[in-house]
Amino acid sequence: MDASRRRFIQSTGLGFLALGLPPAFLVRTAAAQHGGRKKIFVVVFQRGGMDGLNAVIPFKDRSYYALRSSLAIAEPGSGEERAVDLDGFYGLHPALSPLKRMYDKGHLAVIHAAGSPDNSRSHFDAQDYMEIGTPGIKSTPDGWLNRYMHQTRKESSVFRGVAATAQLPRMMAGNATTLTLSSIEEFRLRQEGLGPVLQKLYTNTTDPLFRRGGESLFGALLELRNIEAKIPPAKQTYAAGRFGTALAQIARLIKADIGLEVAFAEVDGWDTHVNQGGATGQMANRLKNFADGLDAFYRDLGDQMENVVLLTMSEFGRTARENGNRGTDHGHANVMFALGGPIRGGKVYGRWPGLAPELLHEGRDLSLTTDFRAVSGEVIARHLGHNDLTGIFPGYRLTSTPLGLIA
Amino acid sequence: MSMALTHEQKVIHFLNRTGFGPTSEEVRKARRVGIAAYLEEQLHPENIPDALIEEKVAALKTIRLSSRELIELYPQPNAARQQAMQTGMMAQPQMEGPRVVILELQQARLLRAIYSRRQLYEVMVDFWSNHFNIFAAKGADRWLTTAYDRDTIRPNAMGRFRDLLLATAQSPAMLFYLDNWMSVSPTIATARLGPNNLRRGLNENYARELMELHTLGVDGGYTQKDVHEVARCFTGWTIVRPRGDGRFRYEPRLHDEGSKTVLGIKIPAGGGMDDGLQVIDLLARHPSTARFISLKLARRFIADDPPPSIVNKAAETFRRSSGDIPSVLRTIIDSPEFFSRDAYQGKVKKPLEFVASALRLTAAETQITRQLLRYLGRMGEPLFLAQPPTGFPDTASSWISADMLLTRINFASDLVNNRIPGTRVTAGDIKEKESIYQMMAPDSLSTATRDALAETEGVQAMALFMAAPEFQRR
Repeated sequence: MDASRRRFIQSTGLGFLALGLPPAFLVRTAAAQHGGRKKIFVVVFQRGGMDGLNAVIPFKDRSYYALRSSLAIAEPGSGEERAVDLDGFYGLHPALSPLKRMYDKGHLAVIHAAGSPDNSRSHFDAQDYMEIGTPGIKSTPDGWLNRYMHQTRKESSVFRGVAATAQLPRMMAGNATTLTLSSIEEFRLRQEGLGPVLQKLYTNTTDPLFRRGGESLFGALLELRNIEAKIPPAKQTYAAGRFGTALAQIARLIKADIGLEVAFAEVDGWDTHVNQGGATGQMANRLKNFADGLDAFYRDLGDQMENVVLLTMSEFGRTARENGNRGTDHGHANVMFALGGPIRGGKVYGRWPGLAPELLHEGRDLSLTTDFRAVSGEVIARHLGHNDLTGIFPGYRLTSTPLGLIA
Repeated sequence: MSMALTHEQKVIHFLNRTGFGPTSEEVRKARRVGIAAYLEEQLHPENIPDALIEEKVAALKTIRLSSRELIELYPQPNAARQQAMQTGMMAQPQMEGPRVVILELQQARLLRAIYSRRQLYEVMVDFWSNHFNIFAAKGADRWLTTAYDRDTIRPNAMGRFRDLLLATAQSPAMLFYLDNWMSVSPTIATARLGPNNLRRGLNENYARELMELHTLGVDGGYTQKDVHEVARCFTGWTIVRPRGDGRFRYEPRLHDEGSKTVLGIKIPAGGGMDDGLQVIDLLARHPSTARFISLKLARRFIADDPPPSIVNKAAETFRRSSGDIPSVLRTIIDSPEFFSRDAYQGKVKKPLEFVASALRLTAAETQITRQLLRYLGRMGEPLFLAQPPTGFPDTASSWISADMLLTRINFASDLVNNRIPGTRVTAGDIKEKESIYQMMAPDSLSTATRDALAETEGVQAMALFMAAPEFQRR
């Protein structure tokens, strides 16, 4: 099939989103929210720049095999070390095969050639842009997930926004109070007796940074004690490692039903400049860890995935052509995954730009056809029911042709 | 807020910024000799005797070993087992693997931060380690980081920037971390290297970070084309057996001999190793580098967002002195911006600074056990183990999440109550509470903190003090 003809066919005419009109479905979603269970949005950040072309392989684009003489994943067929066919054009890396079940059930969507439109190939800048949500503008003080929380100001639980990390990610930093929680078990004062006086101290301090830090900390400590009994123990189905642990904790908070709405997890190790490997090897191991984590999360939550959307992103993709060390260097567009009951899955979204030399971004990278803000924006609008995205992604105009990612 | 700092505040501020938190001995000395003389002394660490700490560090068994010795003596446990089986010998019980090497690096770093009299020098070692970050757990860097710290960073931390830059460019640890040791001219026939050789062309990882993070800064005026050209210049800068000799070598047969253009400067064909040396000189002299390094130093010593005036002055000194690090430090520290009311208590301590200052304040006796180092990890700063090339951040917001704050508070109470294995605090040493508060934050404890301290008994007040916002700042 001609790659350039593989355009996503619009199934719904949602052009009015760009005009700021409140479409009927948005009103419905918002109304449904008050009655039904809480909608939850989980963002997974893959730090280091994942090689999207080897995560979801465009095996029918002949240029792919020309560009990757040692790294290419064979097209689907019999045998283990081959791409897992999704739709006759794209295939999953074999280490991602656990995702196929979710895809087949219609709970997983892939968005290819997606990412940040900024050209930066700096890890730091590109991550920053993706987290503050204003590619190219560094001065934005807060993260887009935090802006969502701040602007919606729903009923406030200290667990409304949780990063399952030690350090607060920029995506969640800002005016709304958010919580970092790397371990529910270890989140307690070692000397309980100091609690009250410390809390008073932090509440009354004139140092705004620490007053806010203390507010989040002591609020969570208190609340955690009250609801501890409601939090189920961790399922043993998650693989060891930080990513599995983070997702396991998020799942426990979701099941405890204590007001979690926005959660964040991260997984690193994607900066594969050397000896990246193909169907097996370095990146395959990372992908396996990643897929196992998502799979355990999906199984753990079961029916509760009905209210959950999990979205993955990475700061940039990698060079279309492999480099001199059987690795790949910093590139441009990447692939994103959207998982959850509300997702209209079983489908690869986004226009495929093609990998022929003249189609590559700056002659070397996969070109970008879907802005990560279009994807994230749809989740916020259609899943969380917050229609006005101008404050979440300032300066960004949603395209007039939404992906139609959410059912 | 324009009120000038009192002399007492200036002394504490100066010691807080040029070291890892003041000790009472240092406060007395700074009062006696004056800040200016104290600074001059600290800018010449080679003249400060420091036998006590060097003895403590020398007791660690891996710190003086060469990379080669480390690889031989501390192989990966499974590799060691295999070798033992092949030779029919039992694996030695002391085969602890490279984890010990990294542990001892962390111990040495923290020991020096706590006990060295060359405090400013140790601050600079920490600063440059972070600026030229490598990840000690990446492959061969498990055995190469010891030499990196000892032979690359430490000898140049108070020297000239250009020498430091060159030393890192030729260090096996950096060549390995940013993959340059694998980067070769794309024109070399695969046949010459063998079909399974991974080295078949350029790798731009080092070239990019060299300009973005080490010299010009991300907005310093380079392009993707420059990244490519710089990568070509450094082809052939490689390592003799990373898991063997672990030495730097320039390999002419791997070098791209064509002409290059870097930042508009033509580098003629046939330059060999000089290509890379030219790039080092070009970058070290570049005005963007002077600015970027000055900005980062001013951020470390003055404020997260330092006044442009001091960055300009420091950059001017950097240019005039050809990157003489002590001269730039003198400009930054001996300045009205440094001693301003806005700068006072304006920085949040990194975890290393927090932990070291707490151990210094309490005059703790410590062997720096794994348990102690684990606190640093949970606070977000596992030493030598920052994975991304950016290293650890140096701005307040990165260090004060609920999780990190909780770990700081728990550390303070575990320290005071002697619940950290291998670390002991003697209650008698910390009973002069009032004078300690005065020493740490003269006339600047908030009412909230004063009230809280007043209602707390005995050594617990010390835990509370170290858990309070004022002690998180420097």
